[in-house]
Amino acid sequence: MNRIEGRVKVTGLATYAAEYPIESVAYAYPVQSLVAKGRVVRVHDAEAREMPGVLAVLSCADPPRLAEDADPELALFQSGDVAYRGQIVAAVVADTYENARAAAAAVRVEYDPDDHDVTLRTGHPGFYRPDVVNPNYPADTVKGDVEAGLAGAAVSVDVTYSTPVLHNNPMEPHAAMAVWDPEGRLLVYDSTQGASPDRDTIAQTLGLPREDVRVVSRHVGGGFGSKGSTRPHAVLAALAARAAGRPVKIALTRHQMFDVTGYRTPTIQRLRLGADAGGRLTAVEHLAYEQTSTLVEFAEQTATPARVMYATPALRTAHRLVRLDVATPSWMRAPGECPGMYALESAMDELACALGMDPVELRVVNDADAEPESGLPFSSRNLVLCLREGARRFGWRDRDPEPGVRREGEWLVGTGVAASTYPARRRPATAFAFVRDDDYVVQVAAADIGTGARTALTRIAAETLGVAPGRVHLELGDSDLPDAPVAGGSMGTSSWGSAVVRACEELKEDGKEGRADTTDEIKGDAKLARHAFGAQFAEVRVSSVTGEIRVPRLLGVFAAGRIVDGKLARSQFIGGMTMGLGMALMEETLTDEEFGGFLRRDLAQYHVPACADVPHVEAVWLDEQDGELNPMGSKGIGEIGIVGTAAAIGNAVHHATGHRVRELPITPGSILSRF
Amino acid sequence: MKPFEYARAGSPSDAVRRYRPGTMYLGGGTNLVDLMRLGVAEPDRLVDVSRLPLDAIEQAGDRLRVGAAVRNTDLAADPLVRARYPMLARAVLAGASGQVRNMATVAGNLLQRTRCAYFQDVGRPCNKRRPGSGCPAIEGDHTNLAVLGASDSCVATHPSDMAVALAALDAEVHVTGPEGDRIIPMPGLHRLPGDEPERDTVLEPGDLITAVELPAPPPGASTYRKVRERASFAFALVSIAATLDVGSDGVVNDCRIALGSVAHVPWRAERAERLLIGGPATGAAFLRAAEAELEQARPLPRNAYKLPLARNLIVATLEELAP
Repeated sequence: MNRIEGRVKVTGLATYAAEYPIESVAYAYPVQSLVAKGRVVRVHDAEAREMPGVLAVLSCADPPRLAEDADPELALFQSGDVAYRGQIVAAVVADTYENARAAAAAVRVEYDPDDHDVTLRTGHPGFYRPDVVNPNYPADTVKGDVEAGLAGAAVSVDVTYSTPVLHNNPMEPHAAMAVWDPEGRLLVYDSTQGASPDRDTIAQTLGLPREDVRVVSRHVGGGFGSKGSTRPHAVLAALAARAAGRPVKIALTRHQMFDVTGYRTPTIQRLRLGADAGGRLTAVEHLAYEQTSTLVEFAEQTATPARVMYATPALRTAHRLVRLDVATPSWMRAPGECPGMYALESAMDELACALGMDPVELRVVNDADAEPESGLPFSSRNLVLCLREGARRFGWRDRDPEPGVRREGEWLVGTGVAASTYPARRRPATAFAFVRDDDYVVQVAAADIGTGARTALTRIAAETLGVAPGRVHLELGDSDLPDAPVAGGSMGTSSWGSAVVRACEELKEDGKEGRADTTDEIKGDAKLARHAFGAQFAEVRVSSVTGEIRVPRLLGVFAAGRIVDGKLARSQFIGGMTMGLGMALMEETLTDEEFGGFLRRDLAQYHVPACADVPHVEAVWLDEQDGELNPMGSKGIGEIGIVGTAAAIGNAVHHATGHRVRELPITPGSILSRF
Repeated sequence: MKPFEYARAGSPSDAVRRYRPGTMYLGGGTNLVDLMRLGVAEPDRLVDVSRLPLDAIEQAGDRLRVGAAVRNTDLAADPLVRARYPMLARAVLAGASGQVRNMATVAGNLLQRTRCAYFQDVGRPCNKRRPGSGCPAIEGDHTNLAVLGASDSCVATHPSDMAVALAALDAEVHVTGPEGDRIIPMPGLHRLPGDEPERDTVLEPGDLITAVELPAPPPGASTYRKVRERASFAFALVSIAATLDVGSDGVVNDCRIALGSVAHVPWRAERAERLLIGGPATGAAFLRAAEAELEQARPLPRNAYKLPLARNLIVATLEELAP
């Protein structure tokens, strides 16, 4: 189905957070820390306060009132402590953006700096085991005897991979506009992936009852996780508006986004795999080393896919974190699965090479009947079908496994495969449906962050009601609508859609209206392992002259339950795969060891793929029937597309060149150093 | 962004007359406006020279005169340029994006600043931006910075593609200024950083580029090749503009090699050229010449890959051009 809001988007009529026409709006501009660790000694703001148009200066010199248990990343100006370079330490509110920015540049902040440590490295003395990893998994798991499994293996690999800091770069910068009414109620137009949870967090941070806060977010220009939790700009807009006594708008610059909207932790991952002569795994060990900040523990669940993927008698997974003087990592498309599957699926390829076995067959013989760690049965698992279908479509059968032998002129050619997986979960949601003028209105505080959620939910409602989609008016993106969870974890459509179906079923019966709350329904879900699976195939060409890597072909085959809408699904899959290509070959934020903070904070330096990089990305899906998921029979598709892509490309680079690059991104420099 | 005055010049001499310290000339604005937004450039006054009648491409005998305000898109599409200087058209099209090329001017392309991350970040030191503050790139991120001709105070690279081709073509830059008109032969427009990295070029305050003149095309075959990890809209890791003319006896009559993204200037590989001219056009000779040129390189840990890259690129490009 075409996107319902497609026309208003391409004609520029869709209103994003910073674009609501609010009268007498003022502008806030943040002042960011120039030290990576230390304390603010003094804020010299006298000059700024005298500058044209300045309405207020906020800083720890006069801490605004916030809840004592506010998230430390959101507890703006509550203390002078600096936890990372780029942290917001002050802000100026002025009548125009330009005046606010000029005055912010005139605020001088005096620091008492401490020595900082911003570098994730092997053997860091600060590594510790977190209690749990995101969202609530055990940090470590052990099943069977890994050492015995490795000792008894015919073939084993012991390899370490690393991935860099990665940043989400949605087209719409993070922005918010805050409006207080005379009764002390707050309206925030925010660029967020979830109006309801954003409302809750803003209310809790400001110490307000949640009834007094409303978040509106009708259109969001991408998020990928970076708008999945409330970011400091939204709190700053509210504080600035309170201080200025006027509505206040804030729109972050691309540079600021790199500092205060989260990022994917860098990882160092050690994989030990053992297999018997037939390729059956005898042991799997996946250790992940990651960073978090001194403010908040964020533990990316990097080693968790090993708990899902392959049958093995011995399985150990572990996560270790170190607290560095950095911003807190946050959500980025397929947190955990994306970096974890890069390493696991690269190691599987290395194992296949060591065994002299086809990498598709290695995955097939190790397919699991039940979830390896938990022992739970799968609601459905079609990894093998994805691999087989992908191999057929890609022309895998004729592949010569020998690496480094196919050459066209200066170009070395190779192909690679990797598996994908992502959990298929849902969360409680509520929805309200009613008849209006012979049409149907469906309300749910969902978020359409460019995924097509508005369209998918319209289609789900129309199918449930048995009417044409044009007769359904779907309202979302407003916390005054029935509560709904965040667009994240590939749970949006499953969670909101469940509530929409139930509300529409009740409406059909009632004839006038229907209300749904899926809390009890979800509590009653059978205890099963629910995951989507996929297989990704890549063809690469590597220049023996320049080390340049091009990807003429990417194919993804996915088994993700029933696909609600093919057109929207294809966008999600190929979008994820394109991001996976970026992760494999170009995306990298550098941490500045000398000064702290990040380098390459713009899109000229932080490269994401351009059209010329993705000439042929194809996504297909199996018709997977699974009655144990939700009323739609769907699994989330927002994230699985990025899972495994980087491994498939890295494996293809090895097949092309004979060289295994174990650090992402794989660049011309890293190729040339191996020739 | 710091407040500034804006004026539109009526003629080149009017522009120069309007110049005083703190003034910058505005062409397409594709780099200057970015730098102003970043606080890197803080002019008091912009004199807009983009609408001066300097937008013609004219043949003068066997030479071609390209006005300073010619847009990059128009330069690359010009039939004379495409026919006689295909290397230049290729170089221009390898740069930036279609939208940027529609705005960017020839003079602005020549005078664009380095994209070194420290230069563009006013929160960090940079000798080019704030003389004497230090060069953190040498210990920090210099992945895409200079391996040739750098100094202890600056390892920045010049980011242009077009300028690399112009260096190989021996283009001449026509300048007018408070002291009158003069002509600067192309490899000489840009300067190595030395201990004055704040100066990118030999231009004096108030100087305005009015045209770039191309002498008759060099004999033989020519090409431009740009290496980058992203297939478009990315600055070069290394680029090359090369021409090669080989006689029927297999001896190199003429050869021009210019490298991009390896130095503070478009780097004319004169050592390699000298070694090649009069010698055989063989792979072994190309390799010897490339290695001789790169002997003077001083790579840093993160940009050492540029040496094998530049070497391979020189050899592969000359082999492609050789009959």
